[in-house]
This record gives sequence, structure tokens and C-alpha cells, in this order.
Amino acid sequence: MASKGETVVLLDFWVSPFGQRLRIALAEKGVEYEYKEQDLTNKSDLLLKSNPIYKKIPVLIHEAKPISESLIILQYIDEVWPDKTPLLPSQPYARANAHFWADFIDKKLFESGTRLWKLKGEEQEKAKKEFIEALKLLEGELGDKEFFGGETFGYVDVALVPFFAWFHAYETCGKFSIEEECPKIVAWGKRCMERETVSKTLSDPEKVYQFVLYLKKRFGVE
Amino acid sequence: MASDDVKLIGAWASPYVMRPRIALNLKGVEYEFLEEKFGSKSELLLKSNPVYKKIPVLLHGGKPICESLIIVQYIDEAWSGHSILPSDPYHRAVARFWGHYIDDKWFPALTGISRAPTDEAKKEAIEQVFAGLKFLEEVLEKSGAGKPFFGGDTIGYIDIALGCNLGWLRATEKLSGLTYLDESKTPLLVCWAEKFSAHEAVKCVMPETDKLVEFAQMLKAKFSAPPSK
Repeated sequence: MASKGETVVLLDFWVSPFGQRLRIALAEKGVEYEYKEQDLTNKSDLLLKSNPIYKKIPVLIHEAKPISESLIILQYIDEVWPDKTPLLPSQPYARANAHFWADFIDKKLFESGTRLWKLKGEEQEKAKKEFIEALKLLEGELGDKEFFGGETFGYVDVALVPFFAWFHAYETCGKFSIEEECPKIVAWGKRCMERETVSKTLSDPEKVYQFVLYLKKRFGVE
Repeated sequence: MASDDVKLIGAWASPYVMRPRIALNLKGVEYEFLEEKFGSKSELLLKSNPVYKKIPVLLHGGKPICESLIIVQYIDEAWSGHSILPSDPYHRAVARFWGHYIDDKWFPALTGISRAPTDEAKKEAIEQVFAGLKFLEEVLEKSGAGKPFFGGDTIGYIDIALGCNLGWLRATEKLSGLTYLDESKTPLLVCWAEKFSAHEAVKCVMPETDKLVEFAQMLKAKFSAPPSK
């Protein structure tokens, strides 16, 4: 059910997988919102005022109240708009498990993925190894289920799927094939892409790779 | 319903372990505390938390839950009684945000002080700790509205997330000679720290500052001692 006259604003950056989590969730729940693209090289007053501690996107501003940190925002969205596509399961143990894996994605997968494209030589090899290990653990958690949420697209699926668009960049930088290492994850990613909310949100993998190349230049990696 | 068998794998000195202990105490849940021996990890721990191999781990009816703040949220949901998280989604998000900030920025800055490789890095870490306390003082002022705790009249999520670090904060003050919880800078937090530490659900699990100082000195000696032949 679309929000009835409530103001929902999303401060975001086009290629951010963290922002994309929220775009997918809001779309799944049919919530209308205003998307405000941020210039991260020249941060807006609104962003700095809305997230003074971290000064980062994404920030959700609901009825003028800002919320930061993508997984915290994701939980918030699920709690405020619970009726359509509930993302978290209802049982406490299953919920704790979902939180654990979403947190794992940020702590281990994203962190090693970033080092993978940022670093060179031995450090890069180490990052690649850790990235693959992390992805394999996620693959183990997925098992033979259609989604991490079981038969339904859920919290961990939303948390992970934006990174599917980054696989091409990771593979090219690290010179390896994710499909070879984690075929079930790639198959899961393709299944998620059949959902319009996902396919319309995720960045084009080639554009992500070009963005990574731009970042590498900016950080003086190559 | 799964058995009421509740176990917590932990260690006395860990602030992260304190969090679920406080939460369980607030809910009046009896549990068995399985203390890990320092320097080694039990089979049960490795089996229950194969991903991180870290404490705390809550075992409820044999099923493991890991990561301290995830465990606290689980305890809040699995048992009725004292509410740890607020009921309003926005205030829940604010509470979770500060829990995340404490673990992501503030506590690493605190432990980073003694580990800082340069004076510059040490100065930066100390500044971060003070800056964080200033933010949290503002949060307490805003949410507390004259109440003793972040959770209002009773202990809540932010109280637990922050309060578990008081032991190490006091130990760091003793070891460094610097006062972090300063009445002239953060008077509300000073008052809060006393009330929190004296709370029934907390005082039995808060480690003694002197024991933590001893432990820190032992760790320092162990890791800076030359390797034995």
C-alpha cells in the first residue's frame, strides 16, 4: 500500500549497494518516496544535517525524521510498512539468523570485496581468498533454498542482492570466476533478477566496473 | 516450544558478554554461564559459532545465537516482561543506530588508545572517545528528558550497549591517568554510569575495575614479552 501523504525521502548515490537495498525494499512494499541523488564529493547540507555522525548515504527521512545505516533502515522499513512483502521472518530465532547473515555481509563480504579491488599483489590475493570464503559461507547458508528467506524473498536476499551487480567488477579485478567458485549464489542472483524490483534497481555490472576503475584512479591504485 | 534450557558461553572480562547477561537478568531468565578459559576455545564454542569463533554465544534449547547485540534483540523478542527496545519504530532505529556506533566507532577508539602506534594516532583515538561521549550525552539528554536511563525509567538497549563498556572505561582511566567520564564535560553520563552500575541486573555481572587493570597488564606483558626459547 503506497504511503498516504507521508513524506519519504531517500538520500542516496546511484551505484551504492547499500542504498539499493532500501530502493528494493521500498519498491517491494509499494512505498512512494522522493529519491535525492547526492554528490559525495560535495556533501549537501541536508545530508550533513541528517547524518552528522557518519555523513554517509543512504539516509531515509520519514516525516522529517532521519534514519541512517542501511540495515537499520531496512528493519525500520519492514516495521513501518509490515503488510506487503514482510522481509524479516516472524519467529525470533529465524529473525536472529537473518540479522546474523545480513551483518556478516557487511562485516566480511563487503569489506574483503573492497580490498579486492583496492589492493594489488599479495594483499589482493589475500582479499580474494577471504571474499571467496565469505561468499562460500553465504552459499552454505542458502543451501538448496530458492531464497535466503526460504520460499520467499526476504531480508538477507535484499541485503545481498545489490552486490550481485558488483560480481563482474570483483571478477575482473581479481581475475577469477565467481560462478566457478559459488554456482548456487550466481543462480540465486539470476533468480532475484527476475523480480522487477531488483532488475530495475541494480546498476548495470559494466557501469559498476567503470565506477570501480574511476575509484581506483582516484585512490591511485593503478 | 523448545526447552527452556538457556546457556551463555562467555568470559568475565568481556563487555560483549555482559550484554546478554544484563538482558537475561532484566527478563528474569535463569541461565547457565559457561566460562571460556582464557587462551583457548572450547569445542562447544567452535561448534556453536563456526563463523567467528567468538563469545558471547547464547544457546537456547541447544540453538546458538551469535553477535552480542543480535543476542540482546533475540532475548527481547523471545521472552516477555521488561522491554529492552522501545516500541516505536523510529526510536528503535535510533537505539540500534547508537548500538552500532558504539561498536563500530567508539569502543574501537577506546581500545585503540593503548594500541596506538604513534602519539598522533593516540591523540586521535582519545579525541574520538571524548567526541563519542559528547554525542551520547546529547542522546541521553534528548531521550532521557530528566530520566535516569537512555531507556527512560528503566534500562534499555542503548544503556546495555554502552554500559557494558564501563568496566573497561574505568580501567583505561586508571591505566592512563585520564578521566573520560568527566562531570564538567558529560554530567548526565557520570550520573547515569553510577545508576547503571548499581542496577540489580548489572552489578552482579560488572567486572571489578582493579581486576580488569590486572588483566590488561597481564595481556600487555604476555604480548610484549620476548619469545621463549
